[in-house]
Amino acid sequence: MTSPLIKVENLTLQFKTDEGLITAVNDVSFEVAPGEIMGLVGESGSGKSVTAKSLMKLNPGNAVYSPESRITLTTDGESVEVLKLETSRELKVVRGGAISMIFQEPMASFAPAISVGDQMVEQLLLHTDMNKEKATNFSIEMLERVGISDAPERFKQYAFEFSGGMRQRAMIAMALSTKPKLLIADEPTTALDVTIQAQVIDLMKDLVDEFGMGILFITHDLAVIAQTADNVSVMYLGKLIETGSVRQVIREPAHPYTQGLLNAIPKLEHLDVSLTPIPGDIPSPLDRPSGCVFHTRCSQIIEGKCDSSIPATTVLKEGHTAACFVAQGIAEGAMSAS
Amino acid sequence: MNDDKGMKKGTPLVATKNLSVHFGLGRKLFGEQKVVRAVENISLDIPKGSFFGLVGESGSGKTTLGRAILKAAPISKGRINYNDGEVDYDIATIDKKQLKDYRKRSQLIFQDPYAALSPRMTVRDIIAEPLEVMGLTSSREETDERVREIAAKCRLNLEHLRRFPHAFSGGQRQRISIARALVCQPKFLVADESVAALDVSIQADILNLLKSLTEEYGITFLFISHDLSVVAHVCDMVAVMYLGQIVELAPTRKLFSKQRHPYTAALLTAIPSLDPDHESKAIKLEGEIPSPINPPSGCRFHTRCSYVQDRCIAEPPEWRKIDDEHFVACHFADELNL
Repeated sequence: MTSPLIKVENLTLQFKTDEGLITAVNDVSFEVAPGEIMGLVGESGSGKSVTAKSLMKLNPGNAVYSPESRITLTTDGESVEVLKLETSRELKVVRGGAISMIFQEPMASFAPAISVGDQMVEQLLLHTDMNKEKATNFSIEMLERVGISDAPERFKQYAFEFSGGMRQRAMIAMALSTKPKLLIADEPTTALDVTIQAQVIDLMKDLVDEFGMGILFITHDLAVIAQTADNVSVMYLGKLIETGSVRQVIREPAHPYTQGLLNAIPKLEHLDVSLTPIPGDIPSPLDRPSGCVFHTRCSQIIEGKCDSSIPATTVLKEGHTAACFVAQGIAEGAMSAS
Repeated sequence: MNDDKGMKKGTPLVATKNLSVHFGLGRKLFGEQKVVRAVENISLDIPKGSFFGLVGESGSGKTTLGRAILKAAPISKGRINYNDGEVDYDIATIDKKQLKDYRKRSQLIFQDPYAALSPRMTVRDIIAEPLEVMGLTSSREETDERVREIAAKCRLNLEHLRRFPHAFSGGQRQRISIARALVCQPKFLVADESVAALDVSIQADILNLLKSLTEEYGITFLFISHDLSVVAHVCDMVAVMYLGQIVELAPTRKLFSKQRHPYTAALLTAIPSLDPDHESKAIKLEGEIPSPINPPSGCRFHTRCSYVQDRCIAEPPEWRKIDDEHFVACHFADELNL
């Protein structure tokens, strides 16, 4: 197996606030290989965006990383410890250099008073050795590559003159023009119509084939993950509760939370089945449940166990792990039976 | 549609006839003023007691149609009739006194539960406001009684009534919005993308709640959404909108088992499947929805339709009945095998 592009180990991140320390990410480990699309799934408030921003050290000043946290970026045989980078010059490698990011709300990510083209050229001048003319031509080429018609005209326009789908394409063109090794896509299709979403997903898959970069794909939509990712990690309240290949996680979900998420999705094939919500709401990060973080909403809770001790992440099958006592019990039962 | 075309659930609660909503763009001294034709010539019956779905991409005019029915958008042409058995209003020419009464009978639930609730009012005040403004209760005790009753129905904790909206999660806020809409016992509810901003686990919960409440109170529901899989699960009838016009209308089951309009079929195939090995079908929509300022000639969908013929460009298709309760606007609906 190729060495991972980015390796996150024991990432724990807390925010200092007036109400005290809030744990946003708790002991998260995962890796992304070159050419791999890794899906990170979770509800709002699960800590998936904060995790992604840690890879670029983009979290605000009140963020505290625990001493055990390690993020290693390996490109061309060289490794960088991301969390040890301090100055903006050092951080350039993870901010737009080897790592690029696509955000959810494309309108909010473009500067409104600078033309889209100028923004694309600016980052090329910063991160590559292109001159202005070359950068301009290359940017127009990238716009054409992502399917924006009339690119030389569009290049001169501002973000508000673009439609939603076009803005997201321009965002992708911009993120890819520096040829990053890792692309972080934070809910890139959530704000788009299904028809446009399908176009953007196809585009991203094509570009992975062409450029061979790794993608960390963050979304709350498991169906989008099913159509794009190779591997999935499911997050809940800052914890990775299940990881595995897309087929493992979607076909044989082991954690009750993943099962709940899958049951809550309206499916066109089964119109008669009524929708099953996960009961309750996500607890506030200020009072994290003891034991397993999901036990307050879990339908399969083992009283006296799940609410007091924290389940360790265990391997259920090759490449498929879950942090759940119930899943562990089932896996052990299956093993002893065979 | 005319009466002879027969509605299963008896008389329509809301009936629009050749309804158009146009917005003028700027004012020019010379030359023609540009007009956005947001809704163009729509005739639609919403049967009493139905859960009526209205779907389409952003920019299709579905929100405008919903607002026009509530008299919250200017009606340029055509008629809207509202008849709940007690009153019979012509919404286009309604007078002030009648409008005040109509406001009690119809309510709107908004998309974004974060923006729809005043941060300076307690939940009790938010839910009580419609009662106080419309003078529906005579004493504070009576108001409180009504608020408590509806809050319990919407599964809000009575403890919560004293708190402010910021203390609540998205799902809870949406339940507050629903309680506010239901407190004056409306006959007709318009929900504009009311679950689009929610996580799937909570979305299922809100949908189940809406469904049970409408059945309990006998409310007619106009459910506006871009998400076909959600609509498929909750609605009895679905109308599909494209660029200001309705292109297909049928009972949900019929529409999802056999689409007669290429646009509906394309919308359906664009929904990502949960099956990772699902091969996406051929119909992919190219480009984006055209501008309603200058809509395409003939059939408005012809610029993106993969079955386009010369006739589609020249001649707008007629709105016709193709099957029992199934209506479509497409020249070739009989011949296409979608």
